[in-house]
Amino acid sequence: MKSPLTFNRYQEAMGLGRLLGLHCEDCGASTVPPQAVCRECGGWNLTIKEIDKTGILRTFTVIRVAPEGMTPPYIVALVETGSGACLMGNLNGVDPDEAGMELMGREVSISTQVVKGDVYACGDIRSPVFTLA
Amino acid sequence: MRKVVIAGVGMTPFGISEKTNIEMFSEAALTAIADSNIEPADIQALFFGNCLGGFEEGQLHMAPFAHSAIGLPISAPATRFESACATATVAIRHAALLVGAGVYDMVLAGGTERATVMSTPLATRTFAMASHALYESPTGITFPGVFAMAAYLYAANYHIHIKELKLHMAEIAVKNHYHGAKNPKAHFQKEIDTDKVLNGMMVADPLQLLDCCPFSDGAAAVVIMDALKAKELVKKPIYIAGMGQASAGPLYVQKNLTRVRAREVASQAAYSQANISPKEIDVCELHDCFTIAEILAVESLGFYEFGKGYDAATKGETRLGGKVVVNPSGGLKAKGHPIGATGAAQVTEIVEQLRGEAGDRQVKGAKIGLVDTLGGDLGTVCNLILRSES
Ligand SMILES: [Zn+2]
Repeated sequence: MKSPLTFNRYQEAMGLGRLLGLHCEDCGASTVPPQAVCRECGGWNLTIKEIDKTGILRTFTVIRVAPEGMTPPYIVALVETGSGACLMGNLNGVDPDEAGMELMGREVSISTQVVKGDVYACGDIRSPVFTLA
Repeated sequence: MRKVVIAGVGMTPFGISEKTNIEMFSEAALTAIADSNIEPADIQALFFGNCLGGFEEGQLHMAPFAHSAIGLPISAPATRFESACATATVAIRHAALLVGAGVYDMVLAGGTERATVMSTPLATRTFAMASHALYESPTGITFPGVFAMAAYLYAANYHIHIKELKLHMAEIAVKNHYHGAKNPKAHFQKEIDTDKVLNGMMVADPLQLLDCCPFSDGAAAVVIMDALKAKELVKKPIYIAGMGQASAGPLYVQKNLTRVRAREVASQAAYSQANISPKEIDVCELHDCFTIAEILAVESLGFYEFGKGYDAATKGETRLGGKVVVNPSGGLKAKGHPIGATGAAQVTEIVEQLRGEAGDRQVKGAKIGLVDTLGGDLGTVCNLILRSES
């Protein structure tokens, strides 16, 4: 059994400004990022679906002690997309030193950026970027 | 299942060590073997925990080298376990399952970690490898960052002002350092106050330095034995009355980070196997990698209702003398957190408590203890319930 949406195809679509996910024909849930089965019901009956590039910021942090190769401070956030699925990404356009809990519940729009892979990563990876709507 | 006990325990001091991973493990393992009144030749299998040997010493496949370093027989297979911070507890659970099933009578299980040999940026990078490498790590998320996100969400979901929550979090650090000051093997043996916690450098908002456990070196090991065999060998075997382990996906799948579902399921399985309720636990070693993590744990382990456990340390209920003593060893926070060894050290503390051998930090009359170890982004939880009587 093969998922219709591979990591590589998901990444290529991001590069073209599209956010692809999987629609479950059994329960209707959206799965993004892609995986082998529906994340809600475990169903295998999946088709590719474009995910709306807006969402609600549910929680965040400001990273001040960063992993090797990253330059702090920066904001990492968990965003719930309109489809119900959540994405981890970086909140840009907000000064990390001004970031407070009032960000939680704010609407964001979703784009992507290329993150340079370090010696351990499997190459460069496109990762979600959020900006306040 | 046959009845299974912990016959012997051993651990090194936790902190900064000059010793190698295998030297530390050897010290802990031989102590546990001697404590069980057996010889290395009696051990039938080694379940060996280590997470980051490849980065610490350029060493993979450490298990057979540890096996040979302590003189285990060639017939005893040595297998490496890796479940991030839950590594050693998972190794111990699997050892207990196989002893219970009658495959082995005596198994050595535990772990070792030499985290301080890495620089802080490298250690931060390697710990973050336990996040999803494709969909989380590229954001630059760190291990403190994960729990920082949970802290903000906790404050928002339960309508607690973040300043108030942080004060209660600081009280957890103060409590665990108070316990650690009574533990001669703890990484930090100094008491602190809330001012010191709240004036620390910010690591990942809203977590400050003393909200976080340290990177530590150390090893711990236990001997898991068939109860009938153990009765002939040791005076105070400690019974494994219940066990549970559960798995959850990456953070973006878990969504509500204030509810550690894997812990809810794992602890329920352990309580049900032991046929006890959370109220009956006298002493608990739980996964306080960050102060907020202790709050999440006391709630999902059933000691407090959801949203009500945040001020338990402030009220003294989880301190020595309180209604359920949490982390008398000092916890990961003060005892230290050599990730591959942590679970076996938690088990060691509970065994010493139930034997009545915990010295200044003894929980009076403790008969039932709980071990709680969490791995990675809340993705693995393993729980063990130990009793002094069968
Ligand atoms: Zn489905």
